[in-house]
Amino acid sequence: MSSTEEETLMILPKKKFKILNLFWIILFVVGLVVSTKVTKTSLGALFANFSQFADIFLQMLHPNWSYLGAVIPLILETIKMAILGTVIGSILAFVYSLLIARNIVKNKAVTGILRVIMNIIRTVPDLLLGAIFVAIVGIGPVAGILALAICTFGIVVKLFYEAIETIDPGPIEALTAVGANKLQIIVFAVLPQVMTYFISYCLYAFEINVRASTVLGYIGAGGIGLYLQETLQVFDYPKTGTIIIAIILVVVLIDYVSSKSREALMK
Amino acid sequence: MDTSMKKLPPKPVDQKKRIAHWALAIVTILLIVWSCTGIDFGGIKQTAGQIAGAIFSGIFHPDWSYVYNGTGEDLVSQLWDTVCIAFLGTFISAIISLPFAFWAAHTRHKKWYVSRVGKIVLAIIRSFPEIVLALMFIKAVGPGSAAGVLALGFHSVGMLAKLFSEAIENLEDGPNEAVTAAGGSKTNVVMFSILPNLLPALISNTLYRFDVSIRSASVLGLVGAGGIGYPLIIALQYRQWNRVGIILLGIIIMVIVIDWISGWIRKKLV
Repeated sequence: MSSTEEETLMILPKKKFKILNLFWIILFVVGLVVSTKVTKTSLGALFANFSQFADIFLQMLHPNWSYLGAVIPLILETIKMAILGTVIGSILAFVYSLLIARNIVKNKAVTGILRVIMNIIRTVPDLLLGAIFVAIVGIGPVAGILALAICTFGIVVKLFYEAIETIDPGPIEALTAVGANKLQIIVFAVLPQVMTYFISYCLYAFEINVRASTVLGYIGAGGIGLYLQETLQVFDYPKTGTIIIAIILVVVLIDYVSSKSREALMK
Repeated sequence: MDTSMKKLPPKPVDQKKRIAHWALAIVTILLIVWSCTGIDFGGIKQTAGQIAGAIFSGIFHPDWSYVYNGTGEDLVSQLWDTVCIAFLGTFISAIISLPFAFWAAHTRHKKWYVSRVGKIVLAIIRSFPEIVLALMFIKAVGPGSAAGVLALGFHSVGMLAKLFSEAIENLEDGPNEAVTAAGGSKTNVVMFSILPNLLPALISNTLYRFDVSIRSASVLGLVGAGGIGYPLIIALQYRQWNRVGIILLGIIIMVIVIDWISGWIRKKLV
C-alpha cells in the first residue's frame, strides 16, 4: 500500500451538513430568547430572593405533627374522590370506547364524530375542569369527582379503544359466522381479549387521579387541597409541610401498589 | 352419520385463581361503597343546570371582542404567554433532568441502592404539588409568568428524568464497547456512542413533556403564576360566560395545535 493511499484511508468520511438542522437550532434559540423576554424570567431575580424561597422550604421541613389529626380525614376524602372519579369515568369510557372502535362499529361517520368529541374533551386540563365544575355545582367534593371523572374518561378512552382495535379478529369472525349478534360478539369475542388491559388502564388513571385530587381542593373542589390553601394563605408553612408530607406518602404508596398490580396483571 | 350431540368435557376450573378473583372483586366493590359514604351529594346548587347551560351557550356564542384588543390582556397574548411559559419551563427541566436521569438509571451504577435512592427522590419531586411550588416561587420572584416558568421547570424534572433514565437503561452496551475497543476515552464514549443513541429518545420525551406542560401552564394562572388560567378564573367568578366560552375555545385550539406539531416532529424523528 502506498503512503498516499494510507493517508486517504485515515481521513474520516465527512458528515453531510444538513441545512434543516441549522434551521431547527436557530428556531430553538429564537424560541428561548423570545420566551425569556415574554415571561420576564431572570435567574438573577431568583438568586437574589432565593433566601425567601429557602426559608419557606426550611419551615416546611419542620412539620407541625399535631396537625396530622386534622389532615387525615381530608386525605381519606381525597382518596374517596379519586376512587369515585375513576369508577364513573371508566364506566363511561368503557361504553364510549366500544362505540368508537372501528372493528366493532363499522360506520366511519359515527366513529369519526365521536372521536373528535373525545379529543376535545381530552384537551381541557384537570384543574380547569375543576374550576368550571365548582362554578356549576358549587364548592364541594362533587365538583372534584365530576372533574376527575371527565379526566379519567379522557385517559382511559384513548388507551382502551386503541387496545380494542388491535385485538385478534379471529374470534369476532368465528362468532359472526355462527350468527351471533353484536352484544354476543362483544361479550364473548372482544371483552375476553381486552379486559386485563381495561383494568390496567383504570389503575393507571387512578394513579393520576390521586395526584390530581390532592390539589383540586385548592380551587374549592373538595379534598385536602382546601387545607393547603388555608395554611398557605396565613403563611403557616409548618402546617403546609405536614400536608405535603402526607400527600407525598399517599401518592407514592398508591403509585407503588398500583404499578405493582399492573405488572402482575400484564404477566 | 351420527348426528347426536356430544357433550363437551367441562371447562377446567382453577379453584385458587377463582377465589383470588372473587376476593379482589369484593374488595374493589367494598372500596367503592366506602367511597360513597361521607360524601355530601346533596350540596349541588339548584342553579347547576342553568349555569351549565350558560357555559355551553357561552362556548357557542363566544365573546369575540376579547380575542385581540392590543392591551396585552387579551386572549391571544395570554395564550402566547402560556406557550412561552411551557417552552421555557420544559427547557429548564430538560437540562436539570439530565444529571438526575444518570443518577436514577440502574445500568450506570455498580451499587443497586444508588439508583434506588435517585428513583425515590424523583418520585418525591413528582408528588410535590405543582401549585404549592408555584406559590413558593411567587414568594421569591413575585407574581407573574416567571414564577410559572420556574415552578414548571422544577416540577417537570420528576417525570422527565424518569423517562430519560428509562431511555438510558434501554441503551445497548455494544456501541460503547466498540468506541472503547477503537481506543476511545470516556469522553469519546459519551460523545460518539451515548449521545447519538440517546438524543432521539431525549428529544421525543421532551416534546411529550412539552404537551403536558402546555396543560400545566394553563392551570398555573389559577394561583397567579401567569398564563391563561388567571383570566379564566376571573371570568368564572364574575359569571361572564361568553368570556369563559372564548377562553375555553382558545385553550382547546392551542392544545390541539401544539399536540399536532409535537406529534409531527416526533414522527419525523423516529
